[in-house]
Amino acid sequence: MKKSVFLGVVAATTMVAGAAAAQSTLEAVKARGELICGSNTGLTGFGAPDANGNWAGFDVDLCRAVAAAIFGDGTKVKFVPTTGETRFTALQSGEVDLLVRNSTWTVSRDSELALDFVAVNYYDGQGFMVKKDLGVSSAKELDGATVCIQTGTTTELNLADFFKQNNISYQPVTVADDSEAQRQYLAGACDAYTTDASGLAASRATMPDAENHVILPEIISKEPLGPVVRHGDSNWGDIVRWTYFALLIAEEKGITKANVNEVAGSTTDEEVKRLLGLADSGDLPAKLGLPNDAFKNAIAAVGNYGEIFAANIGEGTTINLARGLNALWTQGGLQYAPPFR
Amino acid sequence: MAVASDVPKESFRLSMLIYDTRYRSITIQIFVLLLFALFVSWLISNTISNLAIRGKEFNFGFLWSRAGYDIGQALIPYSNDSSHLTALFVGLVNTLVVALLGCVLATILGVIIGVLRLSKNWLVGRLMTVYVEMFRNVPLLLWILLSYVILSETTPQPRDFRVTDEMAAAGEAPAASMMLFDTVAVTNRGTNIPSPLFDVSLGSVDLGFMSVNLTILAYILVIAGSVWINRRILAAARARQEATGDRPVTWWKSLLVLFGPVIALSVGLGLHLEIPELKGFNFAGGILVAHSFTALLIALTLYTAAFIAEIVRAGIMAINRGQSEAAFALGLRPGRTMNLIILPQALRVIIPPLISQFLNLTKNTSLGIAVSYLDLRGTLGGITLNQTGRELECMLLMMLIYLTISLIISALMNLYNSSVQIKAR
Repeated sequence: MKKSVFLGVVAATTMVAGAAAAQSTLEAVKARGELICGSNTGLTGFGAPDANGNWAGFDVDLCRAVAAAIFGDGTKVKFVPTTGETRFTALQSGEVDLLVRNSTWTVSRDSELALDFVAVNYYDGQGFMVKKDLGVSSAKELDGATVCIQTGTTTELNLADFFKQNNISYQPVTVADDSEAQRQYLAGACDAYTTDASGLAASRATMPDAENHVILPEIISKEPLGPVVRHGDSNWGDIVRWTYFALLIAEEKGITKANVNEVAGSTTDEEVKRLLGLADSGDLPAKLGLPNDAFKNAIAAVGNYGEIFAANIGEGTTINLARGLNALWTQGGLQYAPPFR
Repeated sequence: MAVASDVPKESFRLSMLIYDTRYRSITIQIFVLLLFALFVSWLISNTISNLAIRGKEFNFGFLWSRAGYDIGQALIPYSNDSSHLTALFVGLVNTLVVALLGCVLATILGVIIGVLRLSKNWLVGRLMTVYVEMFRNVPLLLWILLSYVILSETTPQPRDFRVTDEMAAAGEAPAASMMLFDTVAVTNRGTNIPSPLFDVSLGSVDLGFMSVNLTILAYILVIAGSVWINRRILAAARARQEATGDRPVTWWKSLLVLFGPVIALSVGLGLHLEIPELKGFNFAGGILVAHSFTALLIALTLYTAAFIAEIVRAGIMAINRGQSEAAFALGLRPGRTMNLIILPQALRVIIPPLISQFLNLTKNTSLGIAVSYLDLRGTLGGITLNQTGRELECMLLMMLIYLTISLIISALMNLYNSSVQIKAR
């Protein structure tokens, strides 16, 4: 009898587990009432809490846009800081719904880690930062140098390849996250710090003597950074992807945080009407499982892609990154959204 | 007696499994075992089905693929073209090296401190008490971080050693200089020590997963042979002493046997030292002992020594006072009383808890991750796990390896323990 009770418990548990697995990410997020977004432990400009504990940054704003698309409120999002080591496990295990944490899109992460990169919100490449008084002007002069490198990243592998290709040697010092890397680098425990060029710019911006550090000209890899979701829930991937594209289209069409309501009242552009979910324009956002004004809310919450870029990492901020590859395709960049129809 | 002859016929009924005390305990044990097996099989099937939902399979094939990352301290041949399995062995060797050195140093330090804590000298005794309480009551991780920070923040950068042309012309000395006749350089990255080099190389043998350096093997064989012959000489001297009461002089034979062959081998192979030299960013040549290793070793030694000191003190206090009084009555000095009478007896009490200290120290080496020491946790459980995304496989493998190391240490120490116990003759 006891045994059958036990078997019953096992069967019930299995069914509950099965039911939980069957529930889609969107349903789970709606039921919970907030989006849980995996973010960086602290990379100024991309994802870091400010002095009041409010998260801000380029990646953080994309999370807010997704939250605004689902709930109509960009504040209904909880940020979970993840390191390079823990980020993918956190996503796979369901601890976070969405990971926007300057993560590089690679084939092995798509296949072996069973993740889906849904878009590229920042086209980047790996660079090196050294102290100016070292007198180094090229990464190829770094023979014999000690290099600080964040573990669990693609940059770790690129670094090994770069030094091997150029037939020079180095001594790796592995660190867990950006703040530890900065500490080691500033203390002189390593000659060079390597990570994505955007990350280097962000790190340098927070250093007390930013002018004494140079980022070397070599970009040794392609690092397309983007939001990541779990394999197996295509609808959820579509929601994140099209929220991101909505921000791009908004920039293309000149819709901003400030004028989105005005545009909604006056526009004659059919694509804008469909994007903002205006009446008699069909119900494309609803087909993704979102409210019809989802993307209007997203734009109203964080602004378009260009605004997000300018406010967090663009020229004029301490990080001072040029648009470069991340300009819209109409301005010679790579950021391109498929048509919204 | 009709009753006695009327024994009821024993027949087994199923209900006896529960109501008959002869069978009940077996029934319960089998039942619990079944429950346990069910629980384990549920855990396993749950894991497999959840892995399947995530689209991941369970296999160890990744161990044979290219690792692609570099390791700062690799004591066996390794490059980023090696497999993850080789990286695992590099990490394992790093773990074992720091564990072995830690155990030896902690034991030596622990015994000294344990004995000194019982000293009649008030100051020495109190100082040792302070040491024990200080190290025992602060978490090990903090000691590791503290040693690392002290090592890396108080030492000069490699470029402080550089003498530029202007400095040479002005007759200025560089900000930092090497120690020990210009052979050792301590920088904020590590300690550069000279490395032995040989004019004649004996080569190495490839065993598939790792290669064995024949020069090192030759040294090990020669030293083992010397030690064995020395023991034979001492045994012969003892036999002679017991037979005739006259102990032959052996010190020159021992010295000759212990050092002669090693020196001969070194001269034959053309041993010389390669002194580290500042080249470019870092010192080149010689051996770099990274501060992560030194810090981990220092912290593990100091921390575990505090525990071992307490074990030694307890062992010594467990020996009856009569033993030392008898030794004093025979005219033995305190030092010899400790070495010949007290410590050998105390060992019986000391060894069993000492085993668990050795196990603790070995497992605590995994805290090296805090200072980026790439041991087994750093390679297999760190970078390999991250780059391949095989959390379950890596964690299980790592647990299995730590379990194996611990069981081997326990087995060896238990052997030693049985050799120091009182023999029933």
